[in-house]
Order: sequence, then C-alpha cells, then structure tokens
Amino acid sequence: MTLSVAAGRVTYRVGRGAVSGVVALRAALLAVLLALAAFGLFVLSVATGDLALPLADVVPALVGGGDPATLFVVQELRLPRALVGLLVGVVFGLSGAVFQTMTRNPLAAPDMIGITAGAQVAVVGGIVLGWGAGRGTQALGLAGAFVAGIVVYLLSLGGGRGATGYRIILVGIGVSWACTSLTDYLLAKALPYQANQAIGWLFGSLAERGWHHVRPLALSAAVLVPVTVLLSRWLRTLQLGDTVAKGLGTPVGAVRFTLLIVGAGLAAFGTAAAGPILFVALVSPQIAQRLAGTPAPPLVGSALAGAVLVLAADLLSRYVLTDVGLPVGVVTGILGAPVLLWLLTRANRSGSGG
Amino acid sequence: MNPDLRANELTLGYAKHVVVDRLSVELPPGRITVIVGANACGKSTLLAALARLLAPRSGSVTLDGKSIHSQPTRQVARSIGLLPQAPVAPAGITVVDLVTRGRSPHQTWWRQWSEEDERAVEGALAATSMGEHRNRPVDELSGGQRQRAWIAMAIAQDTPLLLLDEPTTFLDLAHQIDVLDLVVDLNRAEGKTVVMVLHDLNQACRYADHLIAMKDGQIVRQGAPGAIVDAPLIRDVFAVECEVGSDPVTSTPMIVPLGRHHQRASLPAS
Repeated sequence: MTLSVAAGRVTYRVGRGAVSGVVALRAALLAVLLALAAFGLFVLSVATGDLALPLADVVPALVGGGDPATLFVVQELRLPRALVGLLVGVVFGLSGAVFQTMTRNPLAAPDMIGITAGAQVAVVGGIVLGWGAGRGTQALGLAGAFVAGIVVYLLSLGGGRGATGYRIILVGIGVSWACTSLTDYLLAKALPYQANQAIGWLFGSLAERGWHHVRPLALSAAVLVPVTVLLSRWLRTLQLGDTVAKGLGTPVGAVRFTLLIVGAGLAAFGTAAAGPILFVALVSPQIAQRLAGTPAPPLVGSALAGAVLVLAADLLSRYVLTDVGLPVGVVTGILGAPVLLWLLTRANRSGSGG
Repeated sequence: MNPDLRANELTLGYAKHVVVDRLSVELPPGRITVIVGANACGKSTLLAALARLLAPRSGSVTLDGKSIHSQPTRQVARSIGLLPQAPVAPAGITVVDLVTRGRSPHQTWWRQWSEEDERAVEGALAATSMGEHRNRPVDELSGGQRQRAWIAMAIAQDTPLLLLDEPTTFLDLAHQIDVLDLVVDLNRAEGKTVVMVLHDLNQACRYADHLIAMKDGQIVRQGAPGAIVDAPLIRDVFAVECEVGSDPVTSTPMIVPLGRHHQRASLPAS
C-alpha cells in the first residue's frame, strides 16, 4: 500500500493500483468537520427540551446506559426527533447533490422540480379527502413524490433525444406549479381543522416524531445512500456534459434514469417522515461545494451539511425562538439563505461563483 | 493496433428529417482524415454516428467488423476517443481533474487511480504542454489552452482512434495552428487514427492525409487532397467559385475563393 500527498490530494494504492483512488484533502477535512458538528448538534438536540438533561447523562443514555427515567426520555421521546432530523438532513442534502450534479444546474433540487410538490398534493389530498391522516401521511407523501418523479422523467423524454438535464428542470418546474395549484385548491376546499392539519405538515416539522417515522427513513437511507455513492463514478463524467460522458463510455440514459429514481427516493422518504423542509436540498450541496472548493457538490459533504442545517434549525426553533414556535422548515430558510449568500459574495474565483 | 472503423449503408436523421442517406465509408487506419462540407451537409452528424452518439436509422458503424452500437459503450470508449464541438467544463474544475476523468473507461469503482492511469494522465499533460497549468481552473485558461486541456483529456483516454468535431472553432489563428500541429504529433508519434471535421479548407488540405468532401448527406469525393481538390469540386460542395493554387509551403491545394467583387478579370493588368 502506498500513500502520497500532492497539491491537496491524497493518492492511495494497494498492490499495483488494483485498489486505488484519489481523495481531495479539503473535501475530506470538511466531511470530518461537518460530521463532528452534526454529532454535536444531535447530542444537543437530545439534551434539549422541557426537561433539560446534562450532556454527561445523554451520551450514555444514547447507547442504553443511565437511570430509567433519563433512558425513557432520551430513547422514547427525544431520540426519534433527533434521528429524523439527522436523517432527513442527510437524504435531502444528498438528493439535492444528485439532482444538481445530474442536471449541471445549481437550481435543481427536489423542491424545485416537482418531487416535493407531488408529495404535498398527495398528503394534503389525503387530509382533505379524509383517506389517510396520521400514519397514512407517510405512505401518501412517499407515493406522491415517486409519482411526480416518474411524471417528470416521462415528460422530459419528449422528442426522442432523451431526458436532458435542462428539460428535466423545465418540465419539473411545470409539474411543480401544477401540483402547487392543486394543493392550493384542496386547501381552499378544506374544512378549517383539515386546513390547519395540512398547513402544519406543509411547513415541515420534527415535532412529535416517533420510531415509526425513524424506521422507514433509516431503512431507505441505508439502501439509497450507498447506491448514490456507487453511482458517483458516473456523476463525475456526467458533469462534463452528455456528449463527453457518452464518449467516455457512460450509459447516459440509464444512469440518468437511475439517478432520478434514487434522488426522488431520497427526497420522498425524507418528505414522508418530516414534511417538506424546503430549501435544505437546494442550499446544502451549494454550501458544501463552496466550502470544499470542488467543481460539483461533494456527496458526503452535501449530506452532512444537510444534517447540520436541519439539526441547527430545529434547535434554533426550540431554544431561541421558543415563544414564536416556528416549524423547522421556516427556520432552515432563515438559517441557510444567509450562509449561501455569504459564500456567494466572498467567492472571488470565477470557478466557485457558478 | 490500428482498428478499422467504417460505416456501411448508414442512414441517419433527427425526427422525420433524413440527414445522411445510405452512406458507406472506410476511415484509413493510422492516417488523418478530414471531413469538409457546407453547413448542414451532415458532416457532424456522420461524426456523431461514428462516435455512437447517434443511433443509425439503418446500416451500421463497425469497429474491426463489429457494430459499435451493439457493444458495451464502455468497451467502445477504450477504442474511440471523442472531442465534441465547444465542450463546457464545470466551473472551477482544474486541468488535472479534467484530464483524469478521461481515464474513466479504464477504471472500476475500486480501481480509480492505478499506475497506468497516472502514466496516461502525465503523458497527456506533457504531450499538450499543459503540465505547468495542471492545477489551474479550466475556466481561467485562454481559449487555446482550454482546447489543449480537453484534447489532453481525450489523449488520457488512450484510444487508438480519435474523433474531433471542429477542434479549431472559436480559436484565433495561432491557437488553430497549435491544435492542428498537436493532432499531427499524436498521429505521427503514436500512430493514432484521427478523424476530424474542419471548416477551413486550406487547413483541411494541409493537415489531411485523406479528405472527404460531403454534400447533402453524401460523399462527393474522397482521397488525398492533392488528388481530389479542384475548382469544380469546390463549386459543387460549397457553391463558391474559386481558383485552386498550390500552398507555397506544403504544395497542397490552396483554395482562393472568388466573390462578386473579386474576380480575376477585375485585377489590374500587369
């Protein structure tokens, strides 16, 4: 095994390169820092609540140690909320990174191209039409997001030239607006208590999350996150444009379809668990890309930036803005937008400005 | 070593529009072939089909006798390298990162940077004199350097065949000559087969071993430039009257177009 460092890149090689690769130091360092930050916020999230727990009690309780009362509060009441926050941030961040890389457009995110809007219309429809409040919400959100994803893909196939990144965005925006109008119509038709319930979900929230929210989300993340990482090799060639990618032997059509399904799946499970926490998928990859100094959003960095953003927004809404009672989906915008704007204004290279 | 690329009874088109109709051609191995023709004559479409970017309506493109459209695309990518017209690099990507991605068809998800990969990338950077710019972002380079970076990516792909679609478009004269000389280097030093589309007829005549003149999706004439280029051919293919002289440096055909205001008869008598 050989290791060498040059120009900010670590090269590893086992054998004569049978297992080998290059890791960008700055991106790796960013991932470590973000992971630490996410863990810190996660522990803080578990410690925070009506009954403040000392951190020294929280950490053992996470792995099943400590007195029964603390254990109950941590494992049954607080842990699900923190885990949903962590995982939702991861899947949204990763989903945004997949769509932005695949379409070569920083505006592409599941909440821009109709996938979140599809989940919204399904869930609000379920509440208003009376089939599936409560646990049915998750299934409806999932179904709505997937159907919207497939509709976007099929419509962007037109003309026989395949679904290009540009078409996916344009069609997605169209689908998104159609779904939003339908949601508004449903809300206008809804009875007051139904509308209240729907609006509570529409902002995205981590309140009252239980293990039944965590399990499907954790399971889907355990499948989709590794699949995304395996696909990253193709993302590297897709970034050079469809023609170059094909020339380099990338099966562009099949890869793009798989990426769309994976990206929609990540967003769908996240939305099903916590509602549409807007802006996380759009902004996390951009923040990670600028901090890592890479030409495209780094996958691991984007996922961890999403987790940090959601956990921090949730803490802020509980700690600082307690009297306002803002849902986490509102705070992610308040928190994420200035970070992105700051990064954009201090970008002096043309390379990190786009 | 030198693979045999040919098109057989190839029909190509977009939607309902037929661009190339039953065209057959062999690309001479180990030589530089240049395709010329007026706009919309089908030359770029033909190149796209040779690079399996476009599936034929009928007919086939074969590499050593096997259809490239029925082979795994990754396998074809180890034989045919492609540089499309005016490719766009992602913002902020460095030269060495771009060139490294040319190794993609030789890599697996666990073998991402073998010694062979490193050799190929270093070789490509050296061949294009881009070594000193390796850590610079591609979007900060001059037009000529940028094109050399892309060519370096295609060289790193390490294919015996290289297809270039108008590699000199948007470059100033010095950079045009620079890129074309590089193409000749690749052909002479490594015996690569090159097929490229060029707009400038005089450059095409200079740099081509084999010239293909196209019109309306058909090959009008093909062969060594000196043997096939004359005024009637240019009139037929480009609808332009011209005089064909001899290049003072290379003795290849030199085309001097005539316009309504520039006819030989109007020159002052000597």
